[in-house]
Amino acid sequence: MARPQPTAFVNARLVDPESRYDGPGALVVAEGVIADVSKGKGFKDLSADIRVVDCNGAMLAPGLVDLRVKTGEPGAEPKETLKSAALAAAAGGVTSMVVQPDTHPAVDDPAMVDFILRRARDIELVHVYPAGAATRDLKGEQLAEIGLMRDAGCVYVTDGDNSIVDSRVFRRILAYANSFGMLLAHRPADPWLTRGAAATEGDFAARLGLPAAPPAAELIMLERDLALAELTGGRLLVDQITTAGALDALRRAKARGVRVHASVSINHLSFNELDIGDYRTFAKLDPPLRAESDRQALIDALAEGLIDIVVSAHAPAPAEDKRLPYDEAAPGSVGLETLLAALLSLFHDERISLLDLIRSVTLAPAELLGLQTGRLAPGAPADLVLCDINAPVVVDADRLRSKSKNSAFDGRRLQGQVLMTLVDGRVVYRAPQ
Amino acid sequence: MTEHPPGFNEVRARTFPFPHRHFLSAADLDIVQLGELLDLADSFVDFNRQTSKKLDLLKGRTMMNLFFESSTRTQSSFELAGKRLGADTVNMSPKTSSMSKGETLIDTAVTLNAMQPDLLIIRHASSGAAALLAQKVGCSVVNAGDGQHEHPTQALLDALAMRRAFGAVNGLRVAICGDVAHSRVARSNVAMLSILGAQVRLVGPPTLIPPGAEDWGVEIFHDMKSGLKGVDVVMMLRLQLERMQGALVPSTREYFRFYGLDRERLSHAAPGARVMHPGPMNRGVEIDSDVADDPEISLIQNQVEMGVAARMAVLASLARRLENH
Repeated sequence: MARPQPTAFVNARLVDPESRYDGPGALVVAEGVIADVSKGKGFKDLSADIRVVDCNGAMLAPGLVDLRVKTGEPGAEPKETLKSAALAAAAGGVTSMVVQPDTHPAVDDPAMVDFILRRARDIELVHVYPAGAATRDLKGEQLAEIGLMRDAGCVYVTDGDNSIVDSRVFRRILAYANSFGMLLAHRPADPWLTRGAAATEGDFAARLGLPAAPPAAELIMLERDLALAELTGGRLLVDQITTAGALDALRRAKARGVRVHASVSINHLSFNELDIGDYRTFAKLDPPLRAESDRQALIDALAEGLIDIVVSAHAPAPAEDKRLPYDEAAPGSVGLETLLAALLSLFHDERISLLDLIRSVTLAPAELLGLQTGRLAPGAPADLVLCDINAPVVVDADRLRSKSKNSAFDGRRLQGQVLMTLVDGRVVYRAPQ
Repeated sequence: MTEHPPGFNEVRARTFPFPHRHFLSAADLDIVQLGELLDLADSFVDFNRQTSKKLDLLKGRTMMNLFFESSTRTQSSFELAGKRLGADTVNMSPKTSSMSKGETLIDTAVTLNAMQPDLLIIRHASSGAAALLAQKVGCSVVNAGDGQHEHPTQALLDALAMRRAFGAVNGLRVAICGDVAHSRVARSNVAMLSILGAQVRLVGPPTLIPPGAEDWGVEIFHDMKSGLKGVDVVMMLRLQLERMQGALVPSTREYFRFYGLDRERLSHAAPGARVMHPGPMNRGVEIDSDVADDPEISLIQNQVEMGVAARMAVLASLARRLENH
């Protein structure tokens, strides 16, 4: 493949979370990296062999890094393949995605890590990083080969949607993974309280007659996780925090120096339990949607920096798994293509600055994994998204690129249209004219 | 042409066509619609006591009973209601249909819909199943019980029984006792009785009262004596015996000791209080036979009779709307 011509993006609104710059500027991409950045007026004299793209004031930001993406590959390809997920990612401005290990078979050994990486190389769209299983076959019993998986290219370990119930196992994973510099991501949910639950306990779920779990189910498990992170000195990523009570525990732990980071899904920032409405299974998520007061607390926590990272929690489920009675329907929503526009709602609503929002989906996750991407700096990979942040869009699930169309955002009016996505300087997506 | 029941023509003449296409939830109704449904049902009660009980309001219509959970009384009550109104009725149950072969509810609904039924009566173990079905079919859907959500025709027949026993539902004090958490009957009754102006109490152990019920506009009690104090109607709920497994109650004998209804407990209610139960009863678990079988106190047999009339009223109201398209 011929090297693409150097390209200058001029007349852009640069948003760089690393230098905390949000303003007019221009940027040159060459040889797959950012060659030059000009904040302010732009470049005086560009050489004639540089292609020029006029951004017309659109936002040019680092490409998004999504730490939580599920696909169906291997094992459930009709749901989603790495290719269809990568196409969705490119269309959503996501240039790096971390795929979850809960596939069939699970990504719990170096050969599976290698398989994912080879498939991603063949697809050649966005960067794909595998997360490895923390325990063999995600059973929460025996350690997976964390060291070998790290050497094969896995970026963190997690048992995905499964809780690691055995506290002794959890402790040992934290300690062991830490010696390899590996982060453990864990979604806190007390397995007994949440067994069979499809909603958050309260007046609304009780009226609908849905099996429900109390918000305390998250807090109980989180307090254990934090105590063990403190005990071992291991690094913990709280995967998808959703409740106000858990945020308090997180704040206390951070204050006493526990090495903990937290992510929140875009869904929990955008919806509350009432969006279930008349048994709308597209709003059935895991963890379930919470009260509006929880949603507000999550937004505040993101603004304050208590929550570091926003993820799409992309979880494809085909129609046959969603068009079922609510308690039988599969949980989850696809989210790669809507992540950026949904996140921008918080900017348009004047809740969080554009810089802080962009940081939570670029630099913050990149730094957590030690990736070079996520910044607009000379020498950084040219992973970029060009987005008209004011353009109105109506989400139409049927037109999403994911193989599964289960978007909780279906029908929502958002602002933010991705115009172009670049990965290592290659254009991987360009909006249809 | 069959004679209409006494009062029927008058009710029909002064009422508006029923505004809903489906009958899914008691909470969808308002006081006017409920009043009309109850008047209509009332007119069917006497009619049903005649030797000849056949009408042609649903003549030519097809009604399908789709019961994914087995039920004797509700299914036969709907079947009789349909037949007495002149409909052709078909009963489907999962054991004879392909649901047991892994066909989804939607697939079944689409298949049945292609047979052009006019009314689909559904009972299903999942909350929201009736609403889901209603989105996918072209006919009217009646919820005959969906999971732990609602059983609105039961609430209608309960209201009818109360209205006939007391003259009006407005102002009645009603205690719904027992396993409210898992009861669709309780949810529909809370909604409908509140619309009709009754004061509703929920009585049961904390493990069987749904969290959040304090926001339903009801009073909650955890002991029978204070819960029954001064009430006009005691509505007992069936305790599913598998509840012992989930650490909800320790044993049937302890449950009966603290939450069962016997004559002594009933003495705390208002004089002339009546006892109801949606059935089937666990005698000696939630209710003593002595109370259940006393015709002076118990409305339980009466409820079964009201069931046919109430369902006839629902079917006739929905069918009247069918005429309009």
